[in-house]
Amino acid sequence: MRIEQHPILSFDRGEKVTFVFNGRPVEGYTNETIAAALHAAGIRTLSHSPELDRPRGLFCAIGNCSSCRMTVDGEPNVRICVTKVREGMTVEEQSGKGVVKP
Amino acid sequence: MIRDIDLMIVGGGPAGLMAALAAAEAAPEGAKILLCERDEALGGQLVKQTHKFFGSEKQHAGERGIFIGRGLSDAVHAEAKIEVMTDATVLGLYEDGIVTVLNDDKHLKFRPRKLIVATGASEKFLAFPGNDLPGIYGAGAVQTLMNVSGVKPAERVVMVGAGNIGLIVSYQLLQAGVDVACVVEAAPKIGGYLVHASKLARSGVPIRTGWTVKEAFGDQELEGVVLIRLDENFQPIEGTEETVYCDTLCLAVGLSPLAELLYQADCAMTYVRELSGAVPVVDEDLMTSVSGIYVCGDVSGIEEASSAMVEGRLAGFAAAKALGWNADLAQAEIEKAREELNELRSGPTGARIRAGIAKVQERREGSC
Ligand SMILES: Cc1cc2nc3c(=O)[nH]c(=O)nc-3n(C[C@H](O)[C@H](O)[C@H](O)COP(=O)(O)OP(=O)(O)OC[C@H]3O[C@@H](n4cnc5c(N)ncnc54)[C@H](O)[C@@H]3O)c2cc1C
Ligand code: FES
Repeated sequence: MRIEQHPILSFDRGEKVTFVFNGRPVEGYTNETIAAALHAAGIRTLSHSPELDRPRGLFCAIGNCSSCRMTVDGEPNVRICVTKVREGMTVEEQSGKGVVKP
Repeated sequence: MIRDIDLMIVGGGPAGLMAALAAAEAAPEGAKILLCERDEALGGQLVKQTHKFFGSEKQHAGERGIFIGRGLSDAVHAEAKIEVMTDATVLGLYEDGIVTVLNDDKHLKFRPRKLIVATGASEKFLAFPGNDLPGIYGAGAVQTLMNVSGVKPAERVVMVGAGNIGLIVSYQLLQAGVDVACVVEAAPKIGGYLVHASKLARSGVPIRTGWTVKEAFGDQELEGVVLIRLDENFQPIEGTEETVYCDTLCLAVGLSPLAELLYQADCAMTYVRELSGAVPVVDEDLMTSVSGIYVCGDVSGIEEASSAMVEGRLAGFAAAKALGWNADLAQAEIEKAREELNELRSGPTGARIRAGIAKVQERREGSC
């Protein structure tokens, strides 16, 4: 959910676009990070831990901790908390540590 | 290609911005000062701080952090002597003085004569069963989601930590329409300023001192936490467990310096509890044990934005002096900054920081 009214802030979200998360369309805005857009859509599970397969979400939201790594447009290990949304981009849960395409 | 520059500043938070402005003030025409910030925008932690700042008036007390950050960023962008590179992560500091930067998917190399590291801090974590469930976030993360992105981060939150960050973020959550179930604090009393605590109390949010999180539970995502009371030795008291349902648990249990680059450069580091972690051993000019590498702000010990800004000025002028830029001005400004820091750290609230800095000095003297 997005905050529409705030006592102090107003938000310049940019343009509305659609991207693809695990095969389904999600709406976001160009000034939002992927993490923010997913969160706004109620999606908080971003990946599963490589060994015990436990669900994982973000932790720091500023690019420090690597808890939010996903595969974006085929590139693995992208920290989606510091990557902005673009029209048509694909965001996928990656398996394990990710596979770098040659 | 390696680019030669005079001064590089790593990090565009309050410390790095002030360092850049100070150095530019002393710099001659044609000086090459480069500020690298990994984020898309300058401002560091200030970009999400909607509350009015505490501290002294000289350091903008009473202004909202977000506006202080914008003011400093505008000043840096307007200063012709400073080149600003955003989306630029400094990756490596090499023995031969080369600094590598990732910018726009390109790997760039620089050779600065002096370097100021102002990389800030990262949030601490807590160990308890279930702490990896989606929905367990750093307080700063929640603040970023709601104040930078304008996304409602949760429906119902339990906050851990009644220091200033825990209290302020709890209040900001209320402003964003989020229910704050309670603030849990292991210590027997509230660590943050009373103004912030009383705002929460007035809004009906209980602050439970002497409690901690025993475990978190949830099938796929966080559904609740079990709290437990602590005795005066911080040991859990069996039988006092209480379950609180919530979709988000926020950890505001302190920060630790983001010092990886300093380790790479082999700067002498020392663990100081009062400064919240391993910090670089510095001299009065905030120079580390590696000649030509300076530090300022949270990376040199966790304190506040007010002191980070003054440290930034000190480091900026110290680097300028070492570069031979306007030595009289630089020296006078260095002394002013030192006095201001002493003022900020005076009184009972500064006792912890003073003790921490004394330890760093002791270890420096012990090592030379
Ligand atoms: C919720 C909250 C409330 C606060 N309230 C107050 C208050 O009321 N008063 C007060 O005085 N202080 C307050 N503070 C503290 C204050 O925000 C920090 O002390 C201050 O921001 C530290 O400044 P800094 O420049 O050292 O670090 P930061 O602001 O963290 O800036 C560091 C910058 O470096 C960048 N960076 C890191 N690594 C690299 C790299 N390798 N390459 C390039 N760039 C890099 C980061 O992206 C960041 O922009 C608060 C903090 C929080 C979280
Ligand atoms: S959540 Fe920490 S790097 Fe993205």
